Amino acid sequence: MDFPIFHLDFMGDRLLIAIIAVLHVLINHGLAVGFIPLVTWIEYIGFNKGGQNTVTHTEWDTLAHRLMTVAFIITTTIGAMTGVGIWLSSSLVNPASIGSLIRVFYGAWFVEWLVFVTEVVLILIYYLSWKKSLVSVEAKAKHIRLGTALSIFSWITMSIIVSILGFMMDSGSWAENKTFVAGFSNPIYLPQLAFRTPLAALMAGALALLLARIFTSKNSEIRIESGRKIALWMLVAVPFTLIGATVYYLRIPHLMIGNLPVAIGTMEFQSWYDLLVKFIIGAISTVIIIAGLVYFRPNLKIPSAFYVLPVLGMLAFAGIFERIREFIRKPYVIGNYMYSNTLRKDDYPLYKRDGLLAHATYSPVKEVTPENRLIAGEQVFLLACSRCHTTHGINSVVEKFEDMYSLKPNESLNKDLMKNYISHIENARYFMPPFPGNEAELEALVAYIQHLQSTGLPPEPLETSLNSK
Amino acid sequence: MLHHILLQTPIPRDLPLPLPLPHSVLVVLLVVSFLLHILFVNLMVGGSILTLWSQIKGLRKPEYDTLAHEIAETITVNKSLAVVLGVAPLLSINTLYTVYFYSANALTGIFWIAIIPLVTVAFLLTYAHKYSWKVLGSNKALHISIMGLAVLIFLFIPLIFLVNINLMLFPEKWNTITGFAEALTLPNVFPRYLHFLLASLGTTGLFICWYFGRKTYHFEEHFQELTRYEIRKKAYSLTFGASAAQFLIGPVVLLTLPTKGMSWHLLLTIGTGAVVAIPALYLIWKEITGKPESLGKNFWKITALLLTTVTFMGSGRHLYRAVALEPHQKLMAAKTANFQKEVKKATEEALLNPPKQTSVADAGEAVFQSKCSACHAAEVKVVGPPIKEMVAIYKGNPKGLHDWILKPGKKRPDYPQMPALGLSEQEIQDVAKFILKQ
Ligand code: HEC
Ligand code: HEC
Repeated sequence: MDFPIFHLDFMGDRLLIAIIAVLHVLINHGLAVGFIPLVTWIEYIGFNKGGQNTVTHTEWDTLAHRLMTVAFIITTTIGAMTGVGIWLSSSLVNPASIGSLIRVFYGAWFVEWLVFVTEVVLILIYYLSWKKSLVSVEAKAKHIRLGTALSIFSWITMSIIVSILGFMMDSGSWAENKTFVAGFSNPIYLPQLAFRTPLAALMAGALALLLARIFTSKNSEIRIESGRKIALWMLVAVPFTLIGATVYYLRIPHLMIGNLPVAIGTMEFQSWYDLLVKFIIGAISTVIIIAGLVYFRPNLKIPSAFYVLPVLGMLAFAGIFERIREFIRKPYVIGNYMYSNTLRKDDYPLYKRDGLLAHATYSPVKEVTPENRLIAGEQVFLLACSRCHTTHGINSVVEKFEDMYSLKPNESLNKDLMKNYISHIENARYFMPPFPGNEAELEALVAYIQHLQSTGLPPEPLETSLNSK
Repeated sequence: MLHHILLQTPIPRDLPLPLPLPHSVLVVLLVVSFLLHILFVNLMVGGSILTLWSQIKGLRKPEYDTLAHEIAETITVNKSLAVVLGVAPLLSINTLYTVYFYSANALTGIFWIAIIPLVTVAFLLTYAHKYSWKVLGSNKALHISIMGLAVLIFLFIPLIFLVNINLMLFPEKWNTITGFAEALTLPNVFPRYLHFLLASLGTTGLFICWYFGRKTYHFEEHFQELTRYEIRKKAYSLTFGASAAQFLIGPVVLLTLPTKGMSWHLLLTIGTGAVVAIPALYLIWKEITGKPESLGKNFWKITALLLTTVTFMGSGRHLYRAVALEPHQKLMAAKTANFQKEVKKATEEALLNPPKQTSVADAGEAVFQSKCSACHAAEVKVVGPPIKEMVAIYKGNPKGLHDWILKPGKKRPDYPQMPALGLSEQEIQDVAKFILKQ
């Protein structure tokens, strides 16, 4: 309403944010929060194994260093930039929502930033001073303490961000009293944290197991030993992940659970839901089996390719969970305050009274007339539907209607049915916000969708359509 | 009519949430954190340019290749700090200038988001360059090209930021600007860009002078022919040249600024900053023309003076923005307040005259209207089967109907699935009764 509308009409705006955010979470959990304590632990094992006159056990230390190299390069490039990318993409797609979040959470984000700066400085020192730490026992001990501090800071960074994520799903009592504390301590906060912490450890374990396999040579003692240590790490994380997932699932607002099949796949894949559930169970089981074998049967020869499985399993598992998190907050982008079309719930009565376009700063038309109906309809679409739908791309609004009415090829959409559907849209499908406009705008939107279906083209710009009159 | 609207300056509404901190505190945070951020951005951009220059020079004189390697080492650190220190000013400008900043972002959309992949690639290239020094030792052309590409990206990114920061000052253009390329042509973009590049070179010169002058830096372990003095003098000269050039570019930047944000306050601030730079330049000049032993004696004095200049310039930049946007901000605040008043009125009206649903006598029919009619009609198929068909299936089996509504599923192959609707027990019973009555 108050911002020029940015809209990617092929891939859809949701997908842009989703790709960046999922990538970020995977790197943050898998290569930072869960990974750094694991690397520090391996470094510590090497330190303990060091002989009388040596600082550390070289093989173990080299392994830890190599693992850290991977983490360092990826977190300081893709990891850091996707973190910024969440901001930039949200500010394009949902400016009103990210702007509101910042006003509520400025304090938390500022503290987060201080912790984050510390984290980055520590990671730079930790990684870049690795060589120097080999000169003496004291230097090595200090280096390990540094790794521990870094682990703690990266966990704190995550635990602050998780609060904000929780807030977006369920704002708790904030919508009434709008205080920072109410927002920070939203009901989903602790369940999410309880889930994400062990999940991060598990993801890191899966990655480290694969990397350690690559970085150690065949039949070496360290390959077996380090594999066992990492597998142990994973096996310990598994039960906590499962408990965390259950607690989290139980906290998800009741109605949303009915929509989980849509959240996971898209609607066409709903029948695949059962398959997906089996897939998740399969992924976790694979992780358990591989880690179990590596730990309990150290001498069993497992082909390297199998080590990729837990990584893929964990990536899929975490990716699906992020998708669900993103989905179950619908129809809100900020629970009970702002719908995911970025209109505030409290402003709806005014839009119903005056119409949406009357208050749309950037709409070239403010009122629907017979001449501008298609242009008006396009504007209504951009304001009310385009945050989640495209015209002909992914999650196309035309296709959604065609599929919903099970139309045969060449069959046209029915105006009255669509009107009736959209005016009850929030009752038909919980994840969509109620239609915000007035009767004339509803007509215009329907006419626009019909136009899209019949021509496949956007409406002509207003000037030409006026001139040709 | 259309032209009329397009030519108007859009007056959006602000978010109806209070600022999290007093305005002045946010301004100080913005200015200070931005300066910190831009300092490391300068070092990242300047460092990569110098690395490239030095490595190319190294093709003839091998020690410059070593010098390039030493400078490249610093990019890793500076670039990470540049990114993380960027978060605070981003947060602060988002908070203080929400509407202005986001509007500019949306208008330059694709380029704005392209920052993410571009910077990621540039960072990966700097690592690839740094860690392939030995491996690509015999293929210098390739190795140098890696850095060359990174430098090109590093040179482009600031332009995107600049265009955004510039566009946010021009609400009167927001209705007509249609993308990055057009926003690039606004006056002032290129002079400011040059201003930034010179600052990068100047800052990096000073940084290198410090870096190679440290006592803990064992210079002789790396270089045999080049001397500490030589490198530091070159670095100083760079700072001198770049800063002197700012005295030419600076006025151009000032003159190309639209007059709407000008004020005596601004001129005084900028002027003071410029005056402070003069003794700094004089001191540098004395050091590079003086005796080798005394080079660096005034380093911290020079740094302090130039930092002061930069602080004045940064504050001037904010002053201009504040003055330029003030009238528009006032209009926006008035509009926001008015809108909130209207919202309140409309909400009260809506409460007084609820929509006439009461025309439906039957409770079950009311539920059907609001919850089912989107997908079901009396006689014909809509999304799901008509009521006629429901009655045929569930005549004499109200429990079956109840259970379906509570937990619907998939039955007909050519229909989509019916979603669970979350009705209360009472609503389910009412609507089931209504259906079976038909
Ligand atoms: C919060 C984001 C969001 C908004 C806003 C939104 N939709 Fe949807 N809509 C969805 C999702 C998600 C689906 C399910 C897509 C899938 O996975 O198949 C959907 C599905 C649909 C369907 C098919 C429903 C069914 O039961 O088969 C229609 C029709 C539809 N949307 C129309 C609209 C229209 C018209 C608007 C604008 C008034 C709109 N939507 C706004 C997210 C949204
Ligand atoms: C989003 C669209 C939608 C909404 C809203 C909806 N339904 Fe349905 N309904 C369907 C579809 C689609 C089917 C067919 C499902 C199938 O056969 O797989 C269906 C089937 C049915 C059936 C037939 C079940 C059977 O055994 O064949 C009944 C009864 C029914 N709906 C009742 C209701 C009631 C009552 C409501 C309102 C409380 C409602 N529906 C709301 C889409 C919807």
